[in-house]
Amino acid sequence: MTSAANRIKPMQPAKKWRFLKTLWDQKWLLVMSVPVLLYVCLFNYYPLWGWRYAFQNLDLYTIKKGADYIGFGNFEWLFKEKYFWLGFRNTLAMSLINLVFGTLASVLLAILLNEVRSRAFKRTVQTVTYLPHFLSMVIVVGMAQNMFVSDGPINTVLMNLGVIDKPIWWLGEGKYFWFLVGLINIWKEVGWNSIIYISTMTSIDPTLYEAAAIDGAGRFNRILHVTLPGIKSTFVVLMIMNIGHLMEAGFEIQYLLGNKQVYDFSQTIDVFVLEYGIQNNKYGRAIAAGMFKSVIGIILLFSANFVAKKLDEDTLL
Amino acid sequence: MTSVSIKKKGRKPMQRDIVFPIANGIFLCILMFVTLYPVINTVAISFNDGIDAVRGGIGLWPRKFSTEAYNSLLSDKLTWNAFGISVARTVITTLLNLLFTSMLAFALSRKEFVFRKFITLAVVLTMYVNAGLIPNYLLISKTLKLSKTFWVYIIPTMFSCFNMIVIRTYITGLPEALVESARIDGANDMRIFWQIIFPLCMPVLATVALFVAVGSWNQWFDTQLYNGGKKYLHTLQYLLKMKLATSMNTANAANASVDALASQAAAKTTPVTIRCAITVVSALPILVVYPFLQRYFVTGMVLGGVKG
Repeated sequence: MTSAANRIKPMQPAKKWRFLKTLWDQKWLLVMSVPVLLYVCLFNYYPLWGWRYAFQNLDLYTIKKGADYIGFGNFEWLFKEKYFWLGFRNTLAMSLINLVFGTLASVLLAILLNEVRSRAFKRTVQTVTYLPHFLSMVIVVGMAQNMFVSDGPINTVLMNLGVIDKPIWWLGEGKYFWFLVGLINIWKEVGWNSIIYISTMTSIDPTLYEAAAIDGAGRFNRILHVTLPGIKSTFVVLMIMNIGHLMEAGFEIQYLLGNKQVYDFSQTIDVFVLEYGIQNNKYGRAIAAGMFKSVIGIILLFSANFVAKKLDEDTLL
Repeated sequence: MTSVSIKKKGRKPMQRDIVFPIANGIFLCILMFVTLYPVINTVAISFNDGIDAVRGGIGLWPRKFSTEAYNSLLSDKLTWNAFGISVARTVITTLLNLLFTSMLAFALSRKEFVFRKFITLAVVLTMYVNAGLIPNYLLISKTLKLSKTFWVYIIPTMFSCFNMIVIRTYITGLPEALVESARIDGANDMRIFWQIIFPLCMPVLATVALFVAVGSWNQWFDTQLYNGGKKYLHTLQYLLKMKLATSMNTANAANASVDALASQAAAKTTPVTIRCAITVVSALPILVVYPFLQRYFVTGMVLGGVKG
């Protein structure tokens, strides 16, 4: 409001009155926007001011009497901390696994569903595969635990197939953790993530398929030369957007599925922040770690948007 | 039409066209099985005798049927309390979120609104800029002192930018003449919103309401952050999370020790069956409602995907 009032000062009086009249005419629109505007200022923009704590020695004791500025001390500590870098590595590794295999799986599912002729069957598969998306991560991890325990179904099946001769301790060995997270994420989201590809495929001109068939293209060639080019732009845009979210490996699954034995592979930056900030009350250090993550995330996001715009003149904002 | 050469030529693709759909159908059936197996397995374990379940190897059907896990769960006052809290937070959050989000969506859909660009930018930027966990925690628990209250479930979740974009896209698709004729008849913007636009938006509002409701119902982390010490403010998801933490034997010793339910386990139940029973109870509302409302979910996803 005030900035707008300042801006109209140099204007002609008549114009100024006209602007105030417009404001008065639109008072109800203003009334409808103000609650959310205040909300956003308080819950989204005000916390950014909390980033100043990254440069203070803020913890449970100094929070009462006021913390002191210590420059980049928290960051110096952070960059020397082994677990921070482990968390950084795990974050990147798990989001890359998600990005590559999650995307491949949902594109594959979309292609297979697109080839199904029976509407009822297609709808059934869709209904079933979307379901896990709506279950909370707590529920999903609980179910995963039932599946992956030493005497659980996964080990039984693998042993009956002769792939392994003794049960694997899936949940207790670090080397399996990234794989498990990737698998569980695919199980949970593959159906849901395929929706956007399926809806893109239904907008492909059917005459293209007919023309390809007349030219003698079999099913495989029709998929290769009609379906895949048809979803290319959606694929590229989603890929770029996901690269912008590379620092968001998720936090719930690592936190819930992780345990002491797999700590070196399960802990992400978000878990690191939670443990330092909430459990040890080292607010300053935790905010420094969170800020590091946010800044890299914002840089990634805006460069991803920039690339997407350049590629396609299609703004994501 | 029935020339021999054409028939012969057409044969090979015909054969392939039978093989592929069958293989595809079988593969998709396996996929459905893999998707549903963990869900049904959990239900089966929850209805199994506790001691017997520890032996493992339960598939799609309980081996030794027993409702003890549910008996002990449902006779616990804390379960019912958690259920009540979950329902209350879901209903209130959904109503308030819908109210504020749709009002803003209407205001930002009006092209003549002078602050349209500025407010849109301010709101959309929040999807990109996030201060992170600790600054939000300090704001909510230290500055606003919302921790250890029920309102911590409601107040920080009253608005969602993504949903606002979905609703605004829908409103922009409505005929502009509706608003103009109402304005000529002397209705102000508030009346136009409530009496014309809001009722017309019901399909998209149903979708958004479902998203918000599912999100709120599934939330457990805010309970852990702000209300972990308040037994009577725990939600169902958080009860389950505590069970999970115990059985995972994680480093969260603090949470494991708070676990009160484990001590109440009678002889016929074990932590495994109890955990599966809570899983079923906390997933039940979604499992029941989901098949009927699935298409609303998908509409929302596609609507949002276009603009998001």
